[in-house]
Amino acid sequence: MNTYQRRSKDELAKRVAQDIHDGAYVNLGIGMPTLVANHVPAGREVILHSENGILGMGASPVAGEEDYDLINAGKQPVTLLPGGAFFHHADSFAMMRGGHLDICVLGAFQVSATGDLANWSTGEAGAIPAVGGAMDLAVGAKQTWVMMDLLTKAGESKLVQTCTYPLTAIGCVKRVYTDLATLACTPQGLKLVDKVDGLDLAQLQQLVGLPISE
Amino acid sequence: MIDKIAQSMADALGPVADGSTVLIGGFGTAGIPNELIDGLIAQGAKDLTVVNNNAGNGDTGLAALLKAGRVRKIICSFPRQTDSHVFDGLYRSGKLELELVPQGNLAERLRAAGAGVGAFFTPTGFGTELALGKETREINGRHYVLEYPIYGDLALIKAERGDRWGNLTYRKAARNFGLVMATAAKRTVATVHELVSLGELDPEHIVTPGIHVSRVLQIDRVATQGGGFKKAG
Repeated sequence: MNTYQRRSKDELAKRVAQDIHDGAYVNLGIGMPTLVANHVPAGREVILHSENGILGMGASPVAGEEDYDLINAGKQPVTLLPGGAFFHHADSFAMMRGGHLDICVLGAFQVSATGDLANWSTGEAGAIPAVGGAMDLAVGAKQTWVMMDLLTKAGESKLVQTCTYPLTAIGCVKRVYTDLATLACTPQGLKLVDKVDGLDLAQLQQLVGLPISE
Repeated sequence: MIDKIAQSMADALGPVADGSTVLIGGFGTAGIPNELIDGLIAQGAKDLTVVNNNAGNGDTGLAALLKAGRVRKIICSFPRQTDSHVFDGLYRSGKLELELVPQGNLAERLRAAGAGVGAFFTPTGFGTELALGKETREINGRHYVLEYPIYGDLALIKAERGDRWGNLTYRKAARNFGLVMATAAKRTVATVHELVSLGELDPEHIVTPGIHVSRVLQIDRVATQGGGFKKAG
């Protein structure tokens, strides 16, 4: 058995950021995907979109400079870069649905080999449901990427043949960036993009429990 | 002479019938018309259907309206929050009906209502449980769900500056749902922090033209987080 190291959250964010091209319009989902903003390679200009009507979103404000009219989708105070713009909600979601965003990066509970996404509800009885902009983002961007740990805390693969959690959208995920490997979802199933050093394909296939083509 | 400037909260809200559908603007801390919600609580209308992105935070604003038992149904995209205990309790005890709508569909259904569009096909939600029972259609190889407008009897929104014709500008990301809600309701009441004379708002910068606004009420700028404005000095 080979030994290998998982990518840390920041290493994973850096891996995602490597694939974001100069000039891209990008929406980063709430949670782990927001870390990607910290790792955009020098020399690339990336414009961040926030669903509540912001393009050109900047970093968190310094303490004492928070403006609660200027917040992100996670309702945290942010800043606006020079050149940034405000617009209303229907225009913001038309921007997504109309295919104008190049990339959105989302978290997930499960992704199927063909790119079905489940990231809004665990379907647990009695849970308060909440969907927000997840379904709109998933179908709207030119490319939907998922960033997640490959395994649950219980060691089960979050990449699955068929999602058992309620779906967010069908066949929308093009790429899954995980702590162990990056995979493409295709109509034919999973395709390997890269994996951490020391992990061989057979081990990865065993962890996922699905065939992975090279 | 047209003068939409309200002299009091009662004048701004006017009569609100029981059973009305009330569209309430705001997203997070930005653009929530808390003063108008308090006015609605004092006014007393009940059996309301409320449309908002969320379902109330803490114990004030929309949460207070829910707590007062005035709301029969809420249409929103994201009711679950760390501090949505008022909604959570009412929903779990079956005292409040929830229609969960993806956020973009919520905005577009409001826009459709304001734009005279009878219904529209959207890809959002196709194949999910939120599209169960809804009409679908394949158009040019893509799958869509038929969604209908959400009309309001009353819209309550928060703007930044306004004039006696009801023209409005907003501040930063606080415009969010305000624009489409103003178009989707029979009557729209807006609060502003500044009233200005006709002509003072640059016509190139007016965001909501006065045709969509019934009443404008000036309120103080609240130097709190909830007021969406940083503390002075």
